[in-house]
Amino acid sequence: MQEYFYALADAIAARLSGDEGFVANFSGERSHFVRFNRSAVRQPGTVTQNYLSLSLFRGRRHGDATITVTEDREEDVARIDNALATLREMVASAAEDPHFLVSTEVRSTERIAPDRLPTPDDAVEGILAAGTGEDLVGFYAAGPMYAGFANSFGQRNWHAVNAFNFDACFYLRDDPAIKDRAVKMDYAGFAWDGPEFSARAAAARDKLALLARPPKTLAPGGYRVFLAPAAMEDIMGMLSWDGFSLSARRTATTPLLRLGNGETFSPLVSVTENIADGLAPAFQSEGFISPDRIPLISRGAAAECLASPRSGVEFETAHNGAAAHESPQALDMAPGTLADSAILAALGTGVYMGNLWYLNYSDRNACRMTGMTRFATFWVENGVIVAPLNVMRFDDSAYRFLGRNLIGLTAAREWRLSTDTYESRSTRSMHLPGALIEDFRLTL
Amino acid sequence: MGAAWCPSMNTSSTSIASIAERFTAVAPACDHWSIRVVRQRSEHLSVTRGVPDPVHVGDDIGVMVTVVKDGGLGYGATSDITSLGLVRAGREACDWANRVAGRMVAVPPTPHQSAVRFDHEVRPARPWSSVSRADKMARLGVLAAGLTGNERIVNWQAGLSFTDEEVVIATSEGGFIRQRYGLIVPDLEASASAESETQTRTFGRGGTIRQGGLEALDDLGFWNAGPRIAGEALELLAAPDCPTGVMDLLLSPDQMYIQIHESIGHPLELDRILGDERNYAGTSFVSLDMFGGYVYGSSLLNVTFDPGVSGEAASYAFDDDGTRASREHLIRDGILVRPLGGAFSQARANVSGVSNARACSWNRPTIDRMANLNVEPGGSRLEDLVAQVENGVLMETNTSWSIDDSRNKFQFGCERGRLIRDGVLGPVVKNPNYRGISATFWRSLKGLGDAASLRVHGTPTCGKGEPNQAIHVGHATPPGLFADVQVFGGG
Repeated sequence: MQEYFYALADAIAARLSGDEGFVANFSGERSHFVRFNRSAVRQPGTVTQNYLSLSLFRGRRHGDATITVTEDREEDVARIDNALATLREMVASAAEDPHFLVSTEVRSTERIAPDRLPTPDDAVEGILAAGTGEDLVGFYAAGPMYAGFANSFGQRNWHAVNAFNFDACFYLRDDPAIKDRAVKMDYAGFAWDGPEFSARAAAARDKLALLARPPKTLAPGGYRVFLAPAAMEDIMGMLSWDGFSLSARRTATTPLLRLGNGETFSPLVSVTENIADGLAPAFQSEGFISPDRIPLISRGAAAECLASPRSGVEFETAHNGAAAHESPQALDMAPGTLADSAILAALGTGVYMGNLWYLNYSDRNACRMTGMTRFATFWVENGVIVAPLNVMRFDDSAYRFLGRNLIGLTAAREWRLSTDTYESRSTRSMHLPGALIEDFRLTL
Repeated sequence: MGAAWCPSMNTSSTSIASIAERFTAVAPACDHWSIRVVRQRSEHLSVTRGVPDPVHVGDDIGVMVTVVKDGGLGYGATSDITSLGLVRAGREACDWANRVAGRMVAVPPTPHQSAVRFDHEVRPARPWSSVSRADKMARLGVLAAGLTGNERIVNWQAGLSFTDEEVVIATSEGGFIRQRYGLIVPDLEASASAESETQTRTFGRGGTIRQGGLEALDDLGFWNAGPRIAGEALELLAAPDCPTGVMDLLLSPDQMYIQIHESIGHPLELDRILGDERNYAGTSFVSLDMFGGYVYGSSLLNVTFDPGVSGEAASYAFDDDGTRASREHLIRDGILVRPLGGAFSQARANVSGVSNARACSWNRPTIDRMANLNVEPGGSRLEDLVAQVENGVLMETNTSWSIDDSRNKFQFGCERGRLIRDGVLGPVVKNPNYRGISATFWRSLKGLGDAASLRVHGTPTCGKGEPNQAIHVGHATPPGLFADVQVFGGG
């Protein structure tokens, strides 16, 4: 696929005239998708999708187009010709774009991961075996993902990942009145390790016994809680929604508007965009290369922003190769010192939250967010799990629960590989500790 | 295929009907096959903080082949629409059907044996291409300029997105369905800021989507909305917080639509009730035994699945499995009567449903979806609803939404509130929020606006499914008045 994309890029270059330039981005994947419900297959298939995004420019006048690619050269070059014709019309009538900026320094890169993925047969066999006798529901996605860049200055970049992601849960069986009690399991990576997968599935199944206990319902109020790394992924996902964006900061639309302006996080909180250790490509759509690491929050204080080239020009500051959405692709939160073996003892009496769900802002200015508990959430007394918890809503400010009410972070962290498959499989990742928090506000 | 009303880029001269016809010659041997060919041509225009954003056009073509064989089902989807690509997609679908035969959660139902022939385009009154791109950008520029003019307006944007969507479904039984329509999404936004406080007002925050063309913008009052949006952002910046307490709540249609979406639409999806979505979008507090007798809301509540409302986002004649669509009551006089489930789910659950098996594009399989899900109008004028309220808040335009995975405990936030005291609309309040429980909330419905107050909304990005899909849905609704709701503000 790399050679094919580069050949298309050469074809584009050969079609330029005069002072025209181009930027091309390739996005492709060949994915096996299998849904499971009640330990059986619900919906299996394979999706092969290849997209070419092409920007044609003359000076600061430009237009952008995205087309599907067939892998038949004659057909694809004909499509490129048609796209170029449209783009030429667009460029001719476009105003000069004062924020236009593309990389002119040629920095070609290549990162190609080997294919060590299981066959679809092996994956399906293993998953069905793990669900035997249980109520397993989940989703398996696997296959190569490609990202490419090319421009008229001769830069070529290629990023190929072969990854799988099995995202599933075991539901408590035998009680039709109980619909929402389940233990989450996930297994993602590059090579399927049968024994490790079986061990993870067994560990998740073992927790089902805890869910069978009579559930506890809490009254609204402040509680001591532990947010597992999977729950922290949702919290950090919310902060990533414009929280680290230069554009959002400069236009006062960031949810972290008051960070450093009357509010602060705990000194325990340090957050970095760590592209070097993530799955996402280091190059972005205008051809700039991200630095390996960008500090976003340092010891509780706002540090740098993710600055796209366009924002950099608009706000007259240096950009750091961020994508247009200026949202982290490889968020890394520094660990603390709390040992995993000491979590329940440190929690004492309170709530262990394995996962959160459906977060949103209830007051964006106050960085106050709401959301639900989901999956394995337990009431803990004196360091011992006592009962599963009926779902509860929280509504609290991040300045409180990641600020003065943050007691500690775990020393061990989890890699959280995004399970998002909207339009395409995501290469976003997070590396996160768990968090021990006091007086966490539950409301309903 | 007429191309006069679509965005200008046309990268492939191949008609999608001919792609489906080509597949018939290379289809694999199986019990049943279908091919769904989708083409989405799109254009996005916007102006941000006074500067035109890069114009983006798209031409997305691909196919999904679905095969049923020996009790197994599989799909193969590809952007490679050459004959070789079609053969490969068919083979992959067959491989999956073979691989999972006897291991599926349910045996696929017997496909429709009738060879339906249907061909229809919903032609816009004012096509997207009837105004040049330069003229549309110029109008957006003027509109965006009307959003600013005050130093406290720190962010402003005006935008338009248009998609020309064409779908062909062909089957091994000789069925052929072609449908084509346009979707337009306008966007306006202004943020006012001072002293660590920012308030944003929008034209509906994604809740404004119409099937059709440029005529929808006139109907919506889009071109004249700039000064109102900016003025209300500034007004919110100076407003006090919404009060806290249990009180009456009057929801305008641009909040009602998402209340319907989250706490009626999603819980009634049959695939949720059957457990398919439990790992991602969630389950439902609704169970199969509740249809026919469960009191979902007050007797004022009538909810319909209505694919025939002109201009509403998800109007169609056939769903993406090729089942003919018709209007059905889901809730009648407050009683739950029918779920949102397509043919496969209906067969699994042995209940009647609706024609709502839909996919967001060629690269995703069909699942049970909302389409047009509407609250039928009541008999009250808006001023009559206000007059009923002794102590309450009117909330406008959704800005925040959250609900548990059973679709029961919810919390919503709106852009703008207005106090109501003794039957009179009062001052504006900021950060209005409320929370409740679906199972009881709709029973507190004590007033519904009349037909004159009904508005057509929807969302272009309803998320669900594994692999994930974001699809457009429509919601037409009048304003609704609810009793004894937990209301609160920010801080």
